[in-house]
Amino acid sequence: MIYLLLFWEFLKIGVFAIGGGLSTLPFLYQLSDKYGWFTNSELTNMIAVSESTPGPLGANMATYAGYHTAGIGGSFFANLGLVLPSIIIVIIVWRFLSRFNENTKVQNAFWGLRPAVVGLITAVAVSLIQIAIFTGINSGLFGTVDVKALILFAVMLPLIFIFKKHPVFYIAIAAVVGIVCKL
Amino acid sequence: MTQLRQLLEIIWTFFKIGALTFGGGYSMLPMLQRETVERQHWLDENKLADYFALSQCLPGLIAVNMAVMIGYQQKKTAGAVAAVIGVVLPSFVIILIVAALLSNYMHVAAVASAFAGIRVAVAALVIYSVYGMFKNGVKDWFAFVIFIVALILMLLFNVSPIPVIIGAAIAGILMGQMRMCR
Repeated sequence: MIYLLLFWEFLKIGVFAIGGGLSTLPFLYQLSDKYGWFTNSELTNMIAVSESTPGPLGANMATYAGYHTAGIGGSFFANLGLVLPSIIIVIIVWRFLSRFNENTKVQNAFWGLRPAVVGLITAVAVSLIQIAIFTGINSGLFGTVDVKALILFAVMLPLIFIFKKHPVFYIAIAAVVGIVCKL
Repeated sequence: MTQLRQLLEIIWTFFKIGALTFGGGYSMLPMLQRETVERQHWLDENKLADYFALSQCLPGLIAVNMAVMIGYQQKKTAGAVAAVIGVVLPSFVIILIVAALLSNYMHVAAVASAFAGIRVAVAALVIYSVYGMFKNGVKDWFAFVIFIVALILMLLFNVSPIPVIIGAAIAGILMGQMRMCR
């Protein structure tokens, strides 16, 4: 049954996560709320692992979440759910609508859809900051500030914007800082 | 026999693409171009660009959508399935190993500290990505309103992303029609 549930939940992500990459994130965030298959800080760990290992982010997430919930079989069914809509939808659209992305209706839909996806991911980003910098989230909206984490964040953010290096680079630095400063 | 060989070749080509792309999305373009355009001559650069644009507009992962299109073009549905297996397989194997290791070592203090640091970096990295997406996707007041509404619905009311995405697409179509009528 858990296999079927994983398949179903990731099938929905496969249908509605448009734009690739981080667009799966709001859905995964909802999953952790709804089923408790993983915690929100495990989700952040998952993003880091995905950014540091090869392969598309969504597939990495499906594998990790599936394994966490129901072992290797869970990974298999989560991935199957995730890719099945792509296979079906892409083949249909490709055969019948060769000018799909030049259609005005489609372009207008994306005019509304794109900012909504950005808004949803921004909401997740706010939660990621909560998880990373504030401890004891249950006590009030933001809980208490972890000063060391806040300093690391304040240093990291401008560095990312200025140097635009590969994410693995920053993840590695943050891991070392975490160990040295006992975060 | 040649049929099977061609399918295996599709799996192997996309396996390499999946294994050597970090982070998905745009970062896979150079690998795709080398393997499918320059090495296999399955398509030319213009077609690759077209497929890539279309992949971003369709549901699902960009990498998987690309695999379906190129695989289907080569060997119909069997080719599409082969390409998807190839591109997902490296993630599957690598993440299973990492996940198994993590659950065994997460209770070690140093590992937990490392991940506490990593979570800070991830928060900052996601903000950087969101900034880029915002610049590309939110260019007028209508888009800005949709952005704010989606943000508030998810953040404060914990609404599921699905109705937000469907509603935003419908709002876009309606606004587009109103714009044309004027």
